Amino acid sequence: MVNWKVILNIAKTHLLTKIKQTATAALGVTFGIGAYITLVCFMTGLNAMLDDLILNVTPHVHIFNEIEPSKKQPIDLYDKFQNAFNVVHSVKPKQSQKRIHNALPIMNYLNKDPLVRGAIPQIKEQIFYIAGSIELGGNLTGINVMQEVELFNFSDYIVKGTPKALHNNESGILLGAGVAEKMSLDVGDRVQISTIRGDIFPLKIVGIYQSGIADIDNIQSFANVKTVQRILGEAENYITDINVKLHNIEYSIPLAQKIEQQFKLTAIDIKTANAQFETGTTIRNLITYSVSITLLIVAGFGIYNILNMLIYEKMNDIAILKATGFSGKDVQLIFMSQAIIIGVVGGVLGLLIGLSLSHFIDNLPFETEALPTITTYPINHNPNFYIIGITFAMVSTFLAGYLPSRKAKKIDPVKIIRGQ
Amino acid sequence: MYTMETVLEAKNINKYFKKPVLFHVLKDISFKINKGEFSSIMGKSGCGKSTLLYILSTMDTDYEGALYLNDELVTGQEREKLSYIRNKHIGFVFQFHYLLSEFSVLENVMLPAKKLGEKTVQEIEHHAMEKLRVLGIDHLAKKRASRISGGEKQRVAIARALINDPAIIMGDEPTGNLDSYNSDNVFNIFKQLSDEQGLSLLVVTHDIDFAKKTDRIIEMGDGRIIS
Repeated sequence: MVNWKVILNIAKTHLLTKIKQTATAALGVTFGIGAYITLVCFMTGLNAMLDDLILNVTPHVHIFNEIEPSKKQPIDLYDKFQNAFNVVHSVKPKQSQKRIHNALPIMNYLNKDPLVRGAIPQIKEQIFYIAGSIELGGNLTGINVMQEVELFNFSDYIVKGTPKALHNNESGILLGAGVAEKMSLDVGDRVQISTIRGDIFPLKIVGIYQSGIADIDNIQSFANVKTVQRILGEAENYITDINVKLHNIEYSIPLAQKIEQQFKLTAIDIKTANAQFETGTTIRNLITYSVSITLLIVAGFGIYNILNMLIYEKMNDIAILKATGFSGKDVQLIFMSQAIIIGVVGGVLGLLIGLSLSHFIDNLPFETEALPTITTYPINHNPNFYIIGITFAMVSTFLAGYLPSRKAKKIDPVKIIRGQ
Repeated sequence: MYTMETVLEAKNINKYFKKPVLFHVLKDISFKINKGEFSSIMGKSGCGKSTLLYILSTMDTDYEGALYLNDELVTGQEREKLSYIRNKHIGFVFQFHYLLSEFSVLENVMLPAKKLGEKTVQEIEHHAMEKLRVLGIDHLAKKRASRISGGEKQRVAIARALINDPAIIMGDEPTGNLDSYNSDNVFNIFKQLSDEQGLSLLVVTHDIDFAKKTDRIIEMGDGRIIS
């Protein structure tokens, strides 16, 4: 039978009389856990922010018509050269259109799929912005702005004006921030754009778009699908791209393959398009965890060290406890409970420090041109980190206490008593 | 005269030290301690008297032969059980005082009883104060064990040995580290406990004056009992 009250009382007395050593050991755990919580909250927050930056605006499947040469050249179809070695010089792309054939039925079909959150059209066109005698090259993309806002967080990138303003204006344009700056234009002004064929259209600036990537902001503008169709003189079924957002990103690969086979279009899934991105995330997580675990292991060694010293100092106490009827197990439990008390106190303090530090960082201003929607440092307040932190504190202090306490258990009281 | 009850019995105890060379320390030792007897073990340094005491105390289990406490076989019991036997039936007084220096005098005395857990804390405290009062040191109860004198420490150690009302008290040179005044004091306490409360005592000593005043002297020489 273990008399916990007596054992804990002895452990408490040992810890309190050696309060400096106890505090040192506990502080080791505190800093370990505190640093772990802060680091992991900050790093995963940063990861999530960078992921969102790409993932929120990138379609899970992007469908378009690739301009490419025919895979089978006419000579391959001719029987007589079947077994010959054919060389064709200056192969040209196949004569085809940029538009997606039957785009509207395809979109209807995709939108009925329960796995699909939404499939929305875009028209990508190259244009010129005209400022007096200067022509700036650029891209105009026709969008259904309200759907873009809903599916791809488009409103995050409209730094002036509202999506609604574009939606309501048949001849409105959302001008790229770089273009606007170059041409000294602002919301409410008019800009003239010219198509490749030379037709000139005046459009009213209803907002400014800023993605944070200068190369894009210097050329990109948006207008309504209908506006772009009108500028190009095309019918309402002229659509060059379909962007699909899924409920579960894992379906993007099979869906892209299915679309390619079924409709003979090019479909790029997000995983293929952003493969290098996931590698970055994985490596950042790896670094975070290896640094945190190192910190906690160092804290564990601190506890191990201090308990070892304590046991050497308490040899006489151990001998007398054993002589007066405490078993080896009791003595082991006394030292184990000391380690665990250090772990709990240090760990809980560490959680509090981690909590307050991560909140502090969360409130630090972090403003950068590149990220218009971010105002403070990103922090991921995930309660799981706290559970992992306290669990690791307990496990490491348990291990650090186990080895010295087993030694205390095995101490032969006769040797100590007679040795003096 | 009624037949004496036996508290402690050793039968054919042999012990060897294996390091640094094989050495036969205790040779075929057999004897009995009766209830209420105040015995002392005498002998020169190295004759094995302390070694014998630690075997009798159940702390040393590396021996041949059989040991009985209250007519129950102790030899070969599990360590947990031996701890319980020491806790309940054996009280110890050592040459050096061996108190837990960070605890108060009262806590030191109470600790073995708390471990035994047969009484409530209030009862144990009451009991411990009584023991301290009998030994004339109740005024020290709240003091830290490290803050009292050597003679006082030894009396605290005796109070601790008594707390669970053991069958026998064992002492390893309990007066070896005390001046003659405190030595006499400790002896008188032992004598009083033996006479008034019928306590059994077994004390290892090489102090001939101390031994002469006990009921029975077990004299050892060269690993054997001489007389």
